[in-house]
Amino acid sequence: MSLRIVVTVKYVPDATGDRHFADDLTVDRDDVDGLLSELDEYAVEQALQIAEDADDAEVTVLTVGPEDAKDALRKALSMGADKAIHVEDDDLHGTDAIGTSLVLAKAIEKAGFDLVVSGMASTDGTMGVVPALVAERLGVPQVTLLSEVSVEDGVVKGRRDGDAASEQLEASLPAIVSVTDQSGEARYPSFKGIMAAKKKPVESWDLSDLDIEAEEVGLEGAFTTVEAANERPARTAGTIVKDEGEGGKQLAEFLASQKFI
Amino acid sequence: MAEVLVYVDHVDGAVRKPTLELLTLARRIGEPVAVALGNGAADTAAVLAEHGAVKVLTHDASEYADYLVVPKVDALQAAHEAVSPAAVLVPSSAEGKEIAARLALRIGSGIITDAVDLEAGGEGPVATQSVFAASFTTKSRVSKGTPVITVKPNSAAVEAAPAAGTVEALAVTFSEKATGTKVTARTPRESTGRPELTEAAIVVSGGRGVNGAENFSIIEALADSLGAAVGASRAAVDAGWYPHTNQVGQTGKSVSPQLYIANGISGAIQHRAGMQTSKTIVAVNKDAEAPIFELVDYGVVGDLFDVVPQLTDEIKARKG
Ligand SMILES: Cc1cc2nc3c(=O)[nH]c(=O)nc-3n(C[C@H](O)[C@H](O)[C@H](O)COP(=O)(O)OP(=O)(O)OC[C@H]3O[C@@H](n4cnc5c(N)ncnc54)[C@H](O)[C@@H]3O)c2cc1C
Ligand SMILES: Nc1ncnc2c1ncn2[C@@H]1O[C@H](COP(=O)(O)O)[C@@H](O)[C@H]1O
Repeated sequence: MSLRIVVTVKYVPDATGDRHFADDLTVDRDDVDGLLSELDEYAVEQALQIAEDADDAEVTVLTVGPEDAKDALRKALSMGADKAIHVEDDDLHGTDAIGTSLVLAKAIEKAGFDLVVSGMASTDGTMGVVPALVAERLGVPQVTLLSEVSVEDGVVKGRRDGDAASEQLEASLPAIVSVTDQSGEARYPSFKGIMAAKKKPVESWDLSDLDIEAEEVGLEGAFTTVEAANERPARTAGTIVKDEGEGGKQLAEFLASQKFI
Repeated sequence: MAEVLVYVDHVDGAVRKPTLELLTLARRIGEPVAVALGNGAADTAAVLAEHGAVKVLTHDASEYADYLVVPKVDALQAAHEAVSPAAVLVPSSAEGKEIAARLALRIGSGIITDAVDLEAGGEGPVATQSVFAASFTTKSRVSKGTPVITVKPNSAAVEAAPAAGTVEALAVTFSEKATGTKVTARTPRESTGRPELTEAAIVVSGGRGVNGAENFSIIEALADSLGAAVGASRAAVDAGWYPHTNQVGQTGKSVSPQLYIANGISGAIQHRAGMQTSKTIVAVNKDAEAPIFELVDYGVVGDLFDVVPQLTDEIKARKG
């Protein structure tokens, strides 16, 4: 039987752009160019490798996000994913991690899955909690933050490099994994891939397709409230000296003046 | 006074510093009740009491080491039921965030991750976060359920505040899902003898400019002269010059020391994301246009192979 892999990918504002907040204190997604989160490219890559190693597999990329999030799906399709699902609904604006995990879990269930592959964190929210939340909701093992992953005979294995130790993990499918940027460079879409992606199916689902009420998501459904967002004051310009043979000593003098020595 | 649950991060009973910082923050909201799990849990009590824990709930079982995350969520949920706290605070490690998130979902609460400060507020604790690579500061609170908040290392001072620290056994029944993800092997990270990167008061980092694994000894020598931890940019890590556990930045560690010294690092946004909240920032870079100089309190435009050894010698001389 075919191995059904769902990859969750997020469309995020470009980190090198001028990211900021909208008036309602949600992330402004209009004024900054968006793209497929670079950290989710690693998830797509690992999903494709797992699929290539399996006899028969199908890779579906799933995103929850605004209209433009289709760009992220296209990129993943051009890397080699088979099909895509876009969950899009005006009521999703302002959804927090708890709400996002609800939408993802319902969509993953509806799509049907043996393995979910996620990124380690989104590059805008950088919480790194959605995969754990989706695992909790789906009631399947979480095998997260892997720098190495493989699937064989219905078992997923991987290495998690933690703070205190490096661990080998193992769980039976169905399961959700997340992979880090140590898992291996993501492939670039080939010209052929880009052309093929144009013909691949992209389904659009809204909240009613997933039996989710508007109140459960969005700003209204959020479990957290942002009360203020302020641009960090620019650091006051520091002293910059050119090394003319005494740079190290001058730096030591500065450190001493700040009581670090 | 309301109680505040504090999840204890410890290694075989040795409490890690961020947990003691959490106790400082917890005391602003209520009375800290610590939850210590796994091997050595009971050994944590003395130091926790010294820093303000009125109670220490402990439980040991092999499940905590043998299976990922879920057994700890089960225990924290049991503690939440036993105590009905005003908030749950968890250290912001990768694992801490996962535990906190699953707990929040189970108890119908919201979660805030990576807080850098915490105050009591009229409608519950208010968390300060640093977002978009630390270019913005936000204030947020959990609006539904018991606030679950993870807090970054170095967010508060460790303060002595002796309290009873009464040890109580926590009754935990593991859920059916607790054994879903098996830990089949564990290799503890070797200690370098240097301070923990995320906890260090001073961090000395090297980037692509260090130009080779063997040259990192120059960075290490400077670090050792200051009693500092060693960090690296992703470029240096990807080149194989320094271990990934030392990477500073978005996909590495986030550090907030008193002093950060960047050597041969350009200051890309993803690197800044992990160090921009450092109190004092110093850089050595031969390119005067490098973006890192926008952040510095003091910068030296020069070759690190000249500047860094001279600096190290001068520090050693001054320290005598
Ligand atoms: C999704 C994503 C996540 C990322 N996560 C991280 C992360 O966590 N951490 C991170 O660091 N990066 C991260 N990056 C990479 C980041 O974008 C940069 O590529 C990286 O930080 C560059 O490292 P560097 O500054 O050492 O190298 P470079 O940008 O190449 O800079 C090297 C600097 O060294 C200087 N130099 C060279 N020789 C000398 C000398 N002899 N003396 C003095 N100065 C010298 C040069 O002038 C230059 O400024 C991430 C990127 C992406 C896309
Ligand atoms: N809106 C979303 N749509 C699809 N996947 C998401 C979304 N938000 C988060 N994810 C997935 O969850 C991972 C962790 O995100 P986060 O917890 O927000 O840091 C990401 O790398 C994605 O794989």
